[in-house]
Amino acid sequence: MIMYHFWSIPRITRRAGKVWHRNLVVFFRTWKVNFFPPLIEAFLYLFAIGMGIGTYVKEIDGIPYVNFIAPAILAISVMNSAFFECTYGSYVRMYYQKSFDAMIATPLSIEDVIAGEILWGATRSVLYVIIMLPVLAAFGVISFPTSLLAIPLAFLGGLMFAGIAMCFTAITPSIDTLNYPSFLLITPMALFSGTFFPLTLLPILFQYIALALLPLTHLVAMMRMLTLPALTGMVMLHLAWIILVTAIFCIVAINLMRRRLIV
Amino acid sequence: MGGESIPDIIEAQDLEKKFGDIIAVDTISFTVKKGEAFGFLGPNGAGKTSTMKIIACVSPRTSGTLRVFGMDPDTYPAEIKLRLGVVPQETNLDPDFTCFDNLFTYSRYFDIPPDIAHRRAEELLEFVQLQEKKDVTIEKLSGGMKRRLVLARALVNNPDLLILDEPTIGLDPQARHLIWERLKMLQAQGNTIVLTTHYLEEAARLCDRLVIMDNGKILVEGSPADLVKQYVGKEIVEVEKTEEVLLCLSEKNIPFEVIGDTVQIATGSSREVVRTLFDHCSPKKVLTRPATLEDVFLKLTGRKLKE
Repeated sequence: MIMYHFWSIPRITRRAGKVWHRNLVVFFRTWKVNFFPPLIEAFLYLFAIGMGIGTYVKEIDGIPYVNFIAPAILAISVMNSAFFECTYGSYVRMYYQKSFDAMIATPLSIEDVIAGEILWGATRSVLYVIIMLPVLAAFGVISFPTSLLAIPLAFLGGLMFAGIAMCFTAITPSIDTLNYPSFLLITPMALFSGTFFPLTLLPILFQYIALALLPLTHLVAMMRMLTLPALTGMVMLHLAWIILVTAIFCIVAINLMRRRLIV
Repeated sequence: MGGESIPDIIEAQDLEKKFGDIIAVDTISFTVKKGEAFGFLGPNGAGKTSTMKIIACVSPRTSGTLRVFGMDPDTYPAEIKLRLGVVPQETNLDPDFTCFDNLFTYSRYFDIPPDIAHRRAEELLEFVQLQEKKDVTIEKLSGGMKRRLVLARALVNNPDLLILDEPTIGLDPQARHLIWERLKMLQAQGNTIVLTTHYLEEAARLCDRLVIMDNGKILVEGSPADLVKQYVGKEIVEVEKTEEVLLCLSEKNIPFEVIGDTVQIATGSSREVVRTLFDHCSPKKVLTRPATLEDVFLKLTGRKLKE
């Protein structure tokens, strides 16, 4: 018997693209349902927090408040779309629809299937950012052309959250227990990662924790550097952190899924 | 085995599958030849599905050797799976798609070019008589229709080996007969078929050769007719159980088996047995019927309920 370790590099073939393609086809088939949420989400955040709180806050560190939160809206959307796709979405396909079982009866391997799902989660993040960018641009709260780099960044950030999500999907005993990471990880992250107020307002210990452990912190920071724009050398540090964490979680996710599904 | 003999599609030697301490498949050996319909029979938990999953390259074996098309599933899963058609026990059609798109999407997993996949999907819908349901989503299909679509899906790649795990489970007689008829057609075209079932009639109809499994082991192997002849005999005489009959049969040294309130006598010549019964035992109800695979099955695997 072959032993699979959590850290072994999975063998993924180009067939992963077929799983990605399947999900893409389904997404565009129901495009009206899928394109609406990010559009509405952008408006809601801009009005409620931007215009609402923004009336009192005016500016942060010399930046208009709406411009300060615009990149956070993008980053949170990247996080949510990839995370929820690869938790609830993937779990439904795996457990209720038995789609993974059907797929691995073909030349696709389980590694291809999970890689395809993760790639799709990241693609969903990209699509959401593409939909939100024109809205934010219309309100004049982001700058071009640097903000266009939010698109490739959405893919990288999407991969990271898809990989993290897939780890939870691989170990969750039921669909209900997926609520734990959603409320204990995703919601706090959306609030405390330098999204709607600067990280520096937090006690110093929490700042370190946020920087060390909260993936969204790095994604928000990079997004902000692109949309303001205010690029500094720090961008490389954030990028390196994201790439490292993405690689770790994607590899572990595939190995965990293999352990769960191949018995 | 002569050099010119029909090639082996599956060769399994001492195949074993363990889940922790539980032995699901206990060192079984068998071969399936090209063009053959080979059956795995057995009660629930006999190890049939585990064996199917190992052959289908979705579950690694614990030990033993296995060759499918001459290749090892551990090393060449994709190459083997490219030539397999699988009907799983659990219907796992894609509910996000219509009937046609289920076949079309599945074709893509086999690298079948779109134009060929399109034509093939149309043909297969016709083959399983679902052409009118082409654009219907999966949830609107009946159980029988879903099962037929799963069969069609297993054929998108023109497989060299068809693996069917309980192909007609839970179907009404009409749907079951349609699937049998289609499988017969595929068999006539020279396809190799491996199937599991616990419908004995299904096995007797479809299989050229079969094995009966219990507790992970193969108990017997042979053609349905030979197994019946060898293990039960030609016919079964059933008599209502009375003290008189039991006593009388024992006296005449006729072997019998008591099942509930009937006495079964397996025999090569029912006329003689019936005559003896009427002459000496004053039986109440007597019924003579040909022996079936079911009799072999129950004889070998026991009558106790399997969980």
